[in-house]
Amino acid sequence: MIPRQFLISTGVLLLAVLALGFYAGRMRGRASQISPAVANTQPPVAPPVSGPTERVTLYVAFDDPGVLRSQGAEIPLPSARQQRAEELLRTLLAIYLSKNSPHPLALGAEVRAVYLVTPGVAIIDLNSAFANGHRSGVLEEELTVASLIQTLVANIPDILRVKILVDGKERETLAGHADLSDFYDTGAVALLASQLQNAQ
Amino acid sequence: MRLSALDCAHIPKPRLTPKMRIRGTMLLALLLAAILPAGSANEKKITVYSAISNYSLPVTDRNSLEYVGLLEVIEPLARNVNSRTDGLRWKLHFNDADAEFTAGKGRAKVRGRDVDLPGNFLLESGRGLVPLTSLGTLLPRLLGTSITFNPGSRRLFVGNVATHFTAQLSHTPPPRLVMNFSAPVNPTIATEPGRLRMSFNREPVVAPGTPTLTFDDAAIPSAVFSENNGAAEIAVNGTAPLMASFSNDGRTITIAPAPQQMSAPSAPAGVPGTAPATPSASNAPAAAAPGVRHFFAVVDASHGGDDRGAALSDKLAEKDVTLALARRLRQELESRGMSTLVLRDSDVNLSFDQRAVFTNTAHPTIYIALHAASDGKGVRLYTAMIPAGGENNGPFVAWDTAQTHFLPASQIAAQGVASELGRRQIQVRTLLAPVRPLNNLIAAAIAVEVGPPGTDVMDLNLPAYQQNVVSAVANGLLAVRDRLGVPQ
Repeated sequence: MIPRQFLISTGVLLLAVLALGFYAGRMRGRASQISPAVANTQPPVAPPVSGPTERVTLYVAFDDPGVLRSQGAEIPLPSARQQRAEELLRTLLAIYLSKNSPHPLALGAEVRAVYLVTPGVAIIDLNSAFANGHRSGVLEEELTVASLIQTLVANIPDILRVKILVDGKERETLAGHADLSDFYDTGAVALLASQLQNAQ
Repeated sequence: MRLSALDCAHIPKPRLTPKMRIRGTMLLALLLAAILPAGSANEKKITVYSAISNYSLPVTDRNSLEYVGLLEVIEPLARNVNSRTDGLRWKLHFNDADAEFTAGKGRAKVRGRDVDLPGNFLLESGRGLVPLTSLGTLLPRLLGTSITFNPGSRRLFVGNVATHFTAQLSHTPPPRLVMNFSAPVNPTIATEPGRLRMSFNREPVVAPGTPTLTFDDAAIPSAVFSENNGAAEIAVNGTAPLMASFSNDGRTITIAPAPQQMSAPSAPAGVPGTAPATPSASNAPAAAAPGVRHFFAVVDASHGGDDRGAALSDKLAEKDVTLALARRLRQELESRGMSTLVLRDSDVNLSFDQRAVFTNTAHPTIYIALHAASDGKGVRLYTAMIPAGGENNGPFVAWDTAQTHFLPASQIAAQGVASELGRRQIQVRTLLAPVRPLNNLIAAAIAVEVGPPGTDVMDLNLPAYQQNVVSAVANGLLAVRDRLGVPQ
């Protein structure tokens, strides 16, 4: 004969399993009600940077006349060189992802990391949402490339060459036009940036 | 520290133990295996063409006969293929068919029937090898379908998969040999003095009625079809350097004398004289007259095939606009006496490297890539933004910076076109751009990005607008043609 305590324990455990199953089901239902589109529209989480701000120069692309404009900004920057580079580009991206963006980027576009490799080499790692959702066109793509590189070079000294990766991998072009297969010479980018600063 | 000859004489020679000698021999063998091309060029192979896939397999020589792995031949043709070794017996199961072979025996059993092999079956590390010539007997029984096998050229056709072709010579100057294929082809093309060779390594191209085709033309007198070692080849003989271009989705190959050798096109009134010879193009075909080089343009309709380029609207893809622009530009350039080749004249895939190789091989005076954009009004002209690095080594030019010496000529071309566009009051801007293949080209090279004339992107497709833009490009190039082509 089965002891009574054992029967009671089994019953309680079964009830607990059923209750937890019901709760898990409800939680899952709620989660599915949150639209993935809404989830994707969340901007990248702001980096936990605080402390005194610094004056930096951002090279911002403006689609309407198709130009690059330098503009100053006061932002808190970490002391480590690599984190400073990442923070700079994330500040730039925040402008592009804002409501009245002068050069809209795809939702979810992000700079995954910036690696500063000695001597003088920087690697910008973008996420796939950045590249896959980028508008295709020679001017649109080169504005993005010049904006990223020139902002980096203007604020982080001694960068001579820049390579752009997407999700940590090499990619032929950004969105069909701007070449990502090679390193960018920052001198050549500076020349392009100066051309792009003139509307005509 | 320096050692004199006297010092060296006193250095005791190292003694080589047998172990060291064996190691040394192995190292040498490994080095030789790495250095020598491992017989890749001369390796015997058989190519199988089927409706499922086309593939090549190695052929090995055993006992003065050519052998091939039977499982490897059949495996790509169906899903349910397996083999089993049972002592000296090797059993093959293929769909509903069974075959049994015995190592060292010249008789096999296929679908319960005896089949005599021209040589003994071999079993090597569980791999069943059959004489190559037995495939003609074995495969129809195993596959239950007809095959055509040419043991001499080692080409095996499963079912009716052959690609046929016709060749027709157009005598209208310049003479052109137009070859139409029944399926798209992508041969490897090589040129040598007096001949252009097209090697079909994966395409089941078969011989026309007679392997030698003769044409009543002095520039392209004949073409010869041959097949050998699992591949077919068409060699077109010419008295002038020849070049090939693809169209009709890879179904048509047009072979014509390279433009530098063509007779000078009759220039309309007001056309400046021909450009001087290009000293840098060392392997360019000799010009028709000493010191004279004819203007030759390569027009590249960017994107194509799977690469649609920018989605200009729901219905309008960049690749279609660029193709329309390229065809119009060719017409405009040729009407001004400038020979023109459209690099992509149909909806085909072309990589950046292929575009660069085709262009560099053709040695044009100018390369013009066409792009289209939905943003921004008017036209943007781009010249190469040369990437970092890429040092040249002697006669070898770095691929990524090949454009460097031609950049001044490219800028002249861009300025010429910009002036003409400005004259027609088309908004124009000249910029650098990191856009391939500009930096890989050994000729003046520009990219032209055409935006809509106003706010409606569909206006990009307006024939009048396209015509106005390409006419300006052609006029702009005409104005500076005598300043192009000479690297500075």
